[in-house]
Amino acid sequence: MAEFWKWRESRWVSQEVHWKDARVISAGVDVGSVSTQAVILIDGLLYSYSNIRTGSSSPESATKAMNLALEGTGLSLEKIHYTVGTGYGRVNVPFAQRTITEIACHAKGANFMYGPTVRTVLDMGGQDCKVIRCDENGKVLSFLMNDKCAAGTGRGLEVFADLVGVNIEEMGELSLRVEEEPPPVSSTCVVFAKSEASSLLRRGWPKERVLAAYCAAMAKRVVVLLERLGVEEDFAITGGIAKNAGIVRRIENHLGVKALEPKMDTQIAGALGAALFAASLAQREGK
Amino acid sequence: MILRFGYADGSGEFYITLDSEKCDGCGVCVEVCPKGVLFLAPNPFDPLEEVPLALVREDARNRLKYLCVLCKGSPKPCVASCPNGALEHF
Amino acid sequence: MVTAGIDFGARAVKAIVMEKGRILGRGIALTGGDVSGAGEEAFAQALREARVPREEVERILVTGSGRMHMEGLGGSVTEITADAKGAHFLVPSARTVIDVGAEEARAIKLDPTGRVVDFVTNDKCAAGVGAFVEAMARALEVDLEEMGPLSLASSATVTMNAQCVVFAESEVVSMVHARTPKPDMAKAIHDAIADRIAAMARQVGIEDRVVLIGGLGKNIGFLSSLSRSIGMEVTVPDGPEFVGAVGAALLAGERPQGA
Repeated sequence: MAEFWKWRESRWVSQEVHWKDARVISAGVDVGSVSTQAVILIDGLLYSYSNIRTGSSSPESATKAMNLALEGTGLSLEKIHYTVGTGYGRVNVPFAQRTITEIACHAKGANFMYGPTVRTVLDMGGQDCKVIRCDENGKVLSFLMNDKCAAGTGRGLEVFADLVGVNIEEMGELSLRVEEEPPPVSSTCVVFAKSEASSLLRRGWPKERVLAAYCAAMAKRVVVLLERLGVEEDFAITGGIAKNAGIVRRIENHLGVKALEPKMDTQIAGALGAALFAASLAQREGK
Repeated sequence: MILRFGYADGSGEFYITLDSEKCDGCGVCVEVCPKGVLFLAPNPFDPLEEVPLALVREDARNRLKYLCVLCKGSPKPCVASCPNGALEHF
Repeated sequence: MVTAGIDFGARAVKAIVMEKGRILGRGIALTGGDVSGAGEEAFAQALREARVPREEVERILVTGSGRMHMEGLGGSVTEITADAKGAHFLVPSARTVIDVGAEEARAIKLDPTGRVVDFVTNDKCAAGVGAFVEAMARALEVDLEEMGPLSLASSATVTMNAQCVVFAESEVVSMVHARTPKPDMAKAIHDAIADRIAAMARQVGIEDRVVLIGGLGKNIGFLSSLSRSIGMEVTVPDGPEFVGAVGAALLAGERPQGA
């Protein structure tokens, strides 16, 4: 079976920040149901990060992500003052000093990535979808999460990528190549939407059109969540799905609000927030 | 902070909402719930805070519609039991 | 008077030919991509078994989610109405009817005369319908018909956490990796959906006699889990997937022509 759901794993190291004279070296690891990221901060500045597919073992994925973030830097785990783990469900980051919920980490991470004007964060992860309202410091004021239902999550998108036979990284762009926006698929449920899409494909609908119909339905569903909590600008999107222009564009159109332009990999928001908390905790605990 | 626990699916929205500013961790709602859905713990969404709040058990969050179906009438027992009106229920 | 009832389900079309309260013939055909074709085939099968020529069938009623395909035959009835009629006919003591099909599930409360007092439907979430078991069987690499017997061979209780078909598939895959025995997983799968079906039924109130109909009625593993979940015995009439069609055929005999 072709693996259309696979996206590229990656890592990044800063050329400008160096760790030799650092006062606080902190790290955050976000083990999601689909992907895992590790972020290292030097005195609160972004130093390196990695983004990999979560394997069958949470502790192994955490270690692998961390090793990838450390690779070639000369830094080792022992030199890191404080690590915070976060992520989906019962997270197990064996080398973390503390675990903090993803909602708190995403708000903090979004505040760092997008700046203190962010007030509403939408995170569409592998197996969940969350909306967070925060203040200028990235502190959570309220939130709404869906992790029961695949509609509006990365896994839901993967099901569609497989069905239509398109790489997940291309889905968004392809879904925008329609002259007229088709009606969204009528079911929010991914399983039923998949049956619907199968018959549309059988009826001769081109891939782009089917993708558009699904992205439209997904965007609609997410907007319901957003409007439930209320969207206050500035609005920003984190998580893997922020890279899907087909969904982002449709959400913006529904809301009448544009999301802030990302300046770094949106998938690292959780790990970034965790690393920021780690830095605060390191200082508080006198490391 | 407004904490919302639960989910929405095609059949509706099923959330229990807690206002952390109104909750003093008295624990009466925890006792009143026949399904043990609620428990007391520090606010997981404010990592630097340590005061206990009433929270919904992790394994109950996605099954609220099923767990809460036996509590008939409005307001629900947990909501009615809170002296500060910190809880809301679907 | 010979009547017929045709139930257009999401997975299969079921047909029943009846006369004077006796079932003469049954037919079933997979819906696939051609709904009306499947309808014709199921009907033809039932007629063959009944040894009745088509012209002798005086009235036909259709039901099921795909019924708009053959409404021209003689009118339609809702699934709730058809299920209630069929279940009450086959099990007169039925008070709670639970119908679990491939893509829809419903719970119906009846009074002693078989009249519908309350009902609830789920056609929005695949985790509460037969599609859940189908998807899990695929993830387990077991034939759907094997799931029931396999689960009865379970020796340990395992709980599934995921409430969604898509997430549950991932959960099953990791349990397979962890070498969880397949019978235990099959039981866990039935337990999971039985819990959801029981919760749905509680919305109308569960009252003895509980009757299970629809495709999932053929799954002895699900039956066992459902019984355990509601803490009561559950009756499954013969040919549970045909009950909607039976109800429609009966109603066809009661309605004046053209109604």
